[in-house]
Amino acid sequence: MSEAAQDRTVNRSAMQVSDEVAIEINNMNKWYGTFHVLRDINLTVNRGERIVICGPSGSGKSTLIRCINRLEEHQSGQIIVDGTELSSDLKNIDKIRSEVGMCFQHFNLFPHLTILENCTLAPIWVRKTPKKEAEATAMHFLEKVKIPEQANKYPGQLSGGQQQRVAIARSLCMKPRIMLFDEPTSALDPEMIKEVLDTMIELAEEGMTMICVTHEMGFAQAVANRVIFMDQGQIVEQNEPKEFFNNPRSERTKLFLSQILGH
Amino acid sequence: MSDTHAQTVAFVREGMLDQQPPPTREAGTVKWVRENLFPTWLNAILTIVSLYVIWVVVSTFVMWAFSPTWNATSLSECRQMLEELGRSTETACWGVIRDRWEQLLFGFYPSDLYWRPTVALIVLLAGLGPVLFGTFPRWFMGFSLASPFLIFLLLWGGPIWLPLTVALGFGLGVVAFRVFSRVNQIVAVLVAIVIPLLYWLLLAWPLASELARVMPIGLEPVQSKQFGGFMLSIVIGVTAIVLSLPLGILLALGRASNLFIVTKLSVVFIEIIRGVPLIVWLFTASLLLNYFLPPGTNFDLTLRVIIMVTLFSAAYIAEVVRGGLSAVPKGQYEGANSLGLSYWQSMQLIVLPQALKISIPGIVNTFIGLFKDTTLVLFIGLLDPLGLINSIRASTDWNGIYWELYVFVALLFFVACFSMGRYSLHLEKKLQREHR
Repeated sequence: MSEAAQDRTVNRSAMQVSDEVAIEINNMNKWYGTFHVLRDINLTVNRGERIVICGPSGSGKSTLIRCINRLEEHQSGQIIVDGTELSSDLKNIDKIRSEVGMCFQHFNLFPHLTILENCTLAPIWVRKTPKKEAEATAMHFLEKVKIPEQANKYPGQLSGGQQQRVAIARSLCMKPRIMLFDEPTSALDPEMIKEVLDTMIELAEEGMTMICVTHEMGFAQAVANRVIFMDQGQIVEQNEPKEFFNNPRSERTKLFLSQILGH
Repeated sequence: MSDTHAQTVAFVREGMLDQQPPPTREAGTVKWVRENLFPTWLNAILTIVSLYVIWVVVSTFVMWAFSPTWNATSLSECRQMLEELGRSTETACWGVIRDRWEQLLFGFYPSDLYWRPTVALIVLLAGLGPVLFGTFPRWFMGFSLASPFLIFLLLWGGPIWLPLTVALGFGLGVVAFRVFSRVNQIVAVLVAIVIPLLYWLLLAWPLASELARVMPIGLEPVQSKQFGGFMLSIVIGVTAIVLSLPLGILLALGRASNLFIVTKLSVVFIEIIRGVPLIVWLFTASLLLNYFLPPGTNFDLTLRVIIMVTLFSAAYIAEVVRGGLSAVPKGQYEGANSLGLSYWQSMQLIVLPQALKISIPGIVNTFIGLFKDTTLVLFIGLLDPLGLINSIRASTDWNGIYWELYVFVALLFFVACFSMGRYSLHLEKKLQREHR
């Protein structure tokens, strides 16, 4: 577990949660073939919430957030993002995907494009932003993640931490209203984790709605307003971080926490 | 020297070591020769034996090839020249190349019009420049787009209106796409395909003949029956290469798509085309197609061959590109999707650039094979260089000669194929530098 989040005073006062609903998931189920991977998921996320999802591997955490921007299809129930319901309608899917940013464990930067081109590609082709304007926006966000000097390099020339920050900047260039993080620090060397978490904390301080699948419990304590524990495709427990870590109620949660906080 | 032995656990280096040159025996030519040619006694013997074999082969060939018979006009004259020089009659007679090189290059193309294929070749090379190397001014791209029509006009001649009206069809397609893409992308694509097709089928030919009647401007027409020699190989090879790449990519995307019918159709097409020898398809083109066409239609044989060779190589390209597509990590598709790119956008901008980069060696390999396979048209009566060799050897002057002609044709093909191979290496290195 990283101590990164603790050595920085997190400004929680700016993180306002509004009453407006950003994501609503009702009785959602998903199967891989005959394997029931997500079972009866109900979750409402308000605008400005920072939610951390944790749980043992194979518990369906990644699958859940990948359903939110339709990288995975759900077979029953409802997912409503920003008032638009996800169905097989391609128009809705493209609309939601351009509103919801996503960062992956392995960054998924485009290796044949420069950092700047990675950031301007979607604004230019999806939002039809003029190239000049898209580049200005991209530079703005690259400065925000503190790597404007790398703009003309290729992803392969950057360290893992830098690549993940580029991936965050790339998502931000689409001006998303919701950000999804799928284990953004799991593939990084320990000394790189802090720089990525710092970027994510800044984002939270600006009021971004965030759902993070992560094992960074320090980050969860400092930033999240809700922690969700999943096991076997179900939401087992959710609570405020303080309560969640100090007074876990379910046996499974207790076991999980003792395993990851044990040493 | 460091002193990190087991008994002294604590160790602190006080000064860092500078770089030192390696010992002389371990550097430069001496090291290379010792390591590569004479590392052991057995290897030394093998080195000497192989050097001797290479010497025998090369010197025999040079003795055969170095022969001052350039001016001989027939095989018997050449033999006489060699006897006067006291050389063996087993020596090359290069007079046949001087006598017949134009025929080997142009076939039975009218000799006063040889400039036309020559200019066409220059136009082709100039037009390919921006496509292959991409470092040309923008207006040059317009020349590249116009070059196929210019080359057609130069090779086949006839009134200039036919290539112009055909080109207009493409223009109509682009305009239709621009207009309708404001309404809907899919409608725009369909309209951009249907309008030019209707135009070509119904309007283009009457329009061209009418214009030709009113303003008869053009070049002297040449029948494709008169095409031959290396020029024919280039016409068939280059057209098939240029057309089969896009077609092969579409087939690969079709095979990798998750639309059931599209996938199955692509698979069936690829497997059928690939599963049957090219020569069978060529015979189909030359013989069987006549049964299916309405009587009286004169569908140019060269054109039929080009279509068959294109389809054949497209099936191979499709499989090579499919390999490239499956080598692109799944994360790239997901990254593109998560940003809201549509299917065609993510293919064009993200997946294909990476897949094609991986497939370059395979694609160029297929093209080299295809180019050499154009010699198979010999069997359906087209006069490619090999067909012409047969007719040259049948003439009374050069009856009995063969090595010289085959060496010459081999050299022509080698230059073309070797250039393609070098270009592929250049492209791989360039993309490697760019992407790292």
